[in-house]
Amino acid sequence: MADFFFNTVKPHFNFWIYVILMMIGLWSLIAKNNLIKKMMGLAIFQTAIILFYVSLGVKDGATIPVLEHYGAERAALISDSSADAIVNPVPHVLMLTAIVVGVATLGVALALCQMIFKEFDTLEEDELLRKIKALHDDD
Amino acid sequence: MNAKIFASIAVAITGAVLLYGVSDFPTFGDPRSPASAGVEGGAPSASQYYINESYGDTKVPNLVTSVLADYRGYDTLFETVVVFAAGMAIFAILRVVGKEAKQPTGPRAGSSIDGDHQRIIVGTTCRLAVPVVQIFALYVVAHGHHSPGGGFQGGVMLGASFILIALAGNLDDALTRLSEKAYLSLAAIGIMIYAGFGVLPQLLGKNFLDYGVLEKILFTDGPEMARSHSMLGVEIGVALTVMSIMFAIFANLSTRGTLKGGL
Repeated sequence: MADFFFNTVKPHFNFWIYVILMMIGLWSLIAKNNLIKKMMGLAIFQTAIILFYVSLGVKDGATIPVLEHYGAERAALISDSSADAIVNPVPHVLMLTAIVVGVATLGVALALCQMIFKEFDTLEEDELLRKIKALHDDD
Repeated sequence: MNAKIFASIAVAITGAVLLYGVSDFPTFGDPRSPASAGVEGGAPSASQYYINESYGDTKVPNLVTSVLADYRGYDTLFETVVVFAAGMAIFAILRVVGKEAKQPTGPRAGSSIDGDHQRIIVGTTCRLAVPVVQIFALYVVAHGHHSPGGGFQGGVMLGASFILIALAGNLDDALTRLSEKAYLSLAAIGIMIYAGFGVLPQLLGKNFLDYGVLEKILFTDGPEMARSHSMLGVEIGVALTVMSIMFAIFANLSTRGTLKGGL
């Protein structure tokens, strides 16, 4: 057990955390009955993906991807091998926009939930299905 | 009940498959991982190019900003459009005007004696805090290519400062400072600023969003500085759109689209 932990889990612990978080989100998306709880699952799922991307960019002992202000000398010093001294900026760029877009799309989801509640007075999925079915039977 | 058992089985299988695949991944913090260093024997990865060359290409010390606003400018433009579209979707779904909007949906803040006491402390604190938040947000936008920051972060902070006003007092206080007409047009203006920086190089005979040629208009020494200045312009556009849409989302969600009363 300890062997398994140190050889398999520890070197990849970031991926283990990401998979566990993502599965928590996926579980609540499938199993939960309340639409708001499903939104929460979606947000957890998204956070797991963001964690995954950002952890991909980490390099041991590297510094932030901001060169010093008079970066000309420093930039000249950076050769192909010492690109290891700065973390990978690409995942940061991708997740920076993804976070803001995530908030905006979550807002749209909450707006839809609000309209559903206004129309049916419930956010429980089974009750919603029953009420929608009753509407169709009336026609 | 059945759904929970089924969900647990599905999640367990998916998780097991993912964790099995994870053992082949590079270890945490490995500087030689394919994402950071490219595949062995192949071309160097994009990130290595950015780290080595982007300062020379753009004269922007913050690599995240230079990748975000220049190399991947097309992507960022449409990310901003997605934020704008989300704001428009919320407007279309929730906003009600006319008769339905008449009755306020909740108790107005400060209407009771309890509320008044709360408003003195919270309101005064927020009156002191909001200018500081906004100044810092402007710094984050304007200094985004020299230090950590940029349009998205600064825009969210600016939006949060208006949300803070609405939370501390009531929504009307915030709406007198940033009316609905103002935030909707600011959101559109932000997109237009960004797209304008894309179209200008086209008018000068280059590709969409190829800022280097703007040196003729911006009177900078060399195309690199033109790229640096254009990135600042683009970030301002992003900040305007993000700020307006964040506030629009809050204002519409908290009042069920009536923009009256509020929390």
